[in-house]
Amino acid sequence: MAEFSLPANSKVKIGNTHKAPEGAKRVKAFKIYRYDPDSGQNPRVDTYEIDLDECGPMVLDALIKIKNEVDTTVTFRRSCREGICGSCAMNIDGTNTLACLKSIDEVKDDVKIYPLPHMPVVKDLVPDLTRPYAQLASIEPWLKTKSPLPPTDEERRQSPEEREKLDGLWECVLCFCCSTSCPSYWWNGDRYLGPAILLQAYRWIADSRDEYTGERLDQLEDPFRLYRCHTIMNCTKTCPKGLNPAKAIGEIKKLMVQRM
Amino acid sequence: MESYEIIDHTYDVVVVGAGGAGLRATFGMAQEGLKTACITKVFPTRSHTVAAQGGVGAALDNMGEGDNWKFHMYDTVKGSDWLGDQDAIEYMCRNAIPSIIELEHFGVPFSRTEEGKIYQRPFGGHTLDFGKRMAKRACAAADRTGHAILHTLYQQSLRANAEFYIEYFAIDLIMDDEGACRGVMAIDLATGKIHRFRAHQTVLATGGYGRAYFSCTSAHTCTGDGGGMVVRAGLPMQDLEFVQFHPTGIYGSGCLITEGARGEGGYLTNSEGERFMERYAPTAKDLASRDVVSRAMTIEINEGRGVGAQKDHIFLHLEHLDPDVLALRLPGISETAKIFAGVDVTKEPIPVLPTVHYNMGGIPTNYHGEVLSPTKDDPDRVCPGLMAIGEAACVSVHGANRLGTNSLLDIVVFGRAAAFRAKETVRPGEPHKPLPSDAGEFAIARLDKMRHAKGGTKTAEIRLDMQRAMQQHAAVFRTTELMQEGVKKIQDVAGALPDIGIADRSLIWNSDLVEALELENLMTQAVITLTSADLRHESRGAHAHEDHPDRDDENWMKHTVMWLDDKYKHKVMYRDVHMYTLSNEVEVVPPVARVY
Ligand SMILES: Cc1cc2nc3c(=O)[nH]c(=O)nc-3n(C[C@H](O)[C@H](O)[C@H](O)COP(=O)(O)OP(=O)(O)OC[C@H]3O[C@@H](n4cnc5c(N)ncnc54)[C@H](O)[C@@H]3O)c2cc1C
Ligand code: SF4
Ligand code: SF4
Ligand code: FES
Repeated sequence: MAEFSLPANSKVKIGNTHKAPEGAKRVKAFKIYRYDPDSGQNPRVDTYEIDLDECGPMVLDALIKIKNEVDTTVTFRRSCREGICGSCAMNIDGTNTLACLKSIDEVKDDVKIYPLPHMPVVKDLVPDLTRPYAQLASIEPWLKTKSPLPPTDEERRQSPEEREKLDGLWECVLCFCCSTSCPSYWWNGDRYLGPAILLQAYRWIADSRDEYTGERLDQLEDPFRLYRCHTIMNCTKTCPKGLNPAKAIGEIKKLMVQRM
Repeated sequence: MESYEIIDHTYDVVVVGAGGAGLRATFGMAQEGLKTACITKVFPTRSHTVAAQGGVGAALDNMGEGDNWKFHMYDTVKGSDWLGDQDAIEYMCRNAIPSIIELEHFGVPFSRTEEGKIYQRPFGGHTLDFGKRMAKRACAAADRTGHAILHTLYQQSLRANAEFYIEYFAIDLIMDDEGACRGVMAIDLATGKIHRFRAHQTVLATGGYGRAYFSCTSAHTCTGDGGGMVVRAGLPMQDLEFVQFHPTGIYGSGCLITEGARGEGGYLTNSEGERFMERYAPTAKDLASRDVVSRAMTIEINEGRGVGAQKDHIFLHLEHLDPDVLALRLPGISETAKIFAGVDVTKEPIPVLPTVHYNMGGIPTNYHGEVLSPTKDDPDRVCPGLMAIGEAACVSVHGANRLGTNSLLDIVVFGRAAAFRAKETVRPGEPHKPLPSDAGEFAIARLDKMRHAKGGTKTAEIRLDMQRAMQQHAAVFRTTELMQEGVKKIQDVAGALPDIGIADRSLIWNSDLVEALELENLMTQAVITLTSADLRHESRGAHAHEDHPDRDDENWMKHTVMWLDDKYKHKVMYRDVHMYTLSNEVEVVPPVARVY
């Protein structure tokens, strides 16, 4: 008889519940994905009841409160707490977003918190991001020029209009909320660059100072690296910084057509 | 003690930290042909430099006002309240120009003037003609300058093929019997394996320790780890009593609203709707130095003219500015104000409060970035093998009060200087002396002890006690009584550390353990900050002592140098301020009363 087995760690158990303290008035339950690689056990979802009167407004505030006061083993990344470092990307209430920008009040029911989907999990809410980081390096994300450098006391000129073309691109915080919401990236992430990296690629193509547009397009001219995007738009919908990676991808595709 | 697997590495140079300072040093050194490693506890673009908003200072004179690096130098000395070393300040302001132009060549997406040059805006304390008029000197990429610079520096590091150890937490330095630094010990968070890095130069670029306070603009990762390592290595810290309160942290969350907001025309009011800064600083008004504005705001609140139900904060107005200017020049803070204060900046004022922002003090260094191990006879003695740059260091260019835009400048100028220096002092591939036989044991013992700590007090409890003590006893205004109480209190809090308990015993991504180690680092600097403050009987820059309200150049124009032993007992020494310049092109700025 054929034996079926689910991939390792795909079965998530119900875990422990930590009750709110006596007398708490505004209680909200946070259901948090837990996975401890050392334990050899399957992941579970633990429930933490928090008194919102004693907690800051954002989901990250609640996570920190839980870690500080209830269960210090809960593990997640965080740093700036103001949506600029891109550390605290996770799946909250079904959407990939930054925990420090996600207000608790926006979530109607229990707050369900999972790591970014379809990435290997290192522990709890910490995904392994090695692959997107390597993909970032692969597009050579730095200014490349052919003409000689201007003198050391002179900047390159760029008009305000040329500079404006970078707006909506350079602000990306590399949180990878977009890539990990993209079905094409889920299934072909080993070869498809995904929206975050393609947005970065376009950032250099769009920069009037960069003189390697042709080479950059050549590098993307590949059935997988670029053309796995089927304009599903999940990426743009989810970007917590309000950027539009799908549009950036569209612009690259347009340039590909134009040069044919 | 359980045995840990140790992985050995040998490099010419090891940089700890991948913020602006660490990255600039890392790829500079790699480009010089040195075998360079960079260790960082967060992915480089998540370092705190990413949060810097308003701009980076350099007298490029792009706005055609006749700006000059000598004016910048004068402003920086005056801003420092004459505690800054003038040789280092000359070095920074002069090298600002090539360092910032170079950033543009690297690809930083600066905002532009109509002529296509780097856009520059006014910032607090920056003037023309030695204090006569406000200067436009802050080079800006909208209000996300730190993000623009940090990402570019990471891109350049990728281009230079620098070797990174990402999400590695540095625990302690490796010191030899002669007092030289020989490398650093770190734990790889993903695997829990211990790595021993041996290097001819170890560069600490670990940032500030803002999280010693309850309310600060700094990230959670600003825990003064470099300072902690230096103190445990038996080396001193310098001028920690000087902690900058930024006038405009958002009331409640502490998130920053850049001074650039006032640079673009924003202003502060009290409960009477008065633009009170006109009374305190008739010339510079809302753009006086940060210490001056923070004190004025605190006085307004203390005298009952605060706004809000508790009358405990101040309003920052931007609603009179053109919405297009807000969208173009201040998009980031418009968004931050919306999210963290629920305020639409085009319609209503932002509630703000002076908030801990920057550490002027740090690991003492010379302007090459070499760490000092001063003695009475040789106050400028260098500690072999160790360098420090960025907010972790005290060069000292900021003295008793840093000017806005001078920190991003500090990190690029001295990151670059450290690379130049390493090129002079280290030959690529130079053989290493054997390490001391017990190299790294101290670090592993400390890690192991903490990992198994079974005490009754959670890290967060001790941390909160420390933060509350600092917030209360080392605030904008200080008194003898307040600080003496504070010193006692912080000693009590530090005394609770042996009772710390952690629950996560695993080796993989053990952030429970990391937070406990970070707390130990913070604590060393909290104790030194309060102790140094209590000892300084004058008011200078950010240190406003109500029982000694005047600056006392005769007795106190000197740097505090303080050591701390493992029982939190201190030893203090004072070093002279460098009242000389590097070249004959500028003269020393002599001390005068500081009016804005
Ligand atoms: C909100 C805000 C706005 C600001 N705006 C401005 C501005 O407009 N202009 C200006 O000039 N300045 C500004 N500043 C100040 C300036 O941003 C900082 O002082 C500066 O960026 C510090 O840079 P750094 O490289 O020294 O440290 P950081 O950027 O803090 O980097 C520290 C690095 O060290 C690493 N690290 C730390 N400890 C360890 C360890 N134990 N092991 C391994 N790695 C470790 C971290 O991973 C990180 O990579 C602002 C500061 C804040 C808080
Ligand atoms: S638009 Fe393209 S990149 Fe974005 S989610 Fe869809 S397939 Fe992915
Ligand atoms: S485009 Fe948006 S979602 Fe994607 S990585 Fe950048 S900031 Fe994150
Ligand atoms: S903590 Fe930096 S983005 Fe959330």
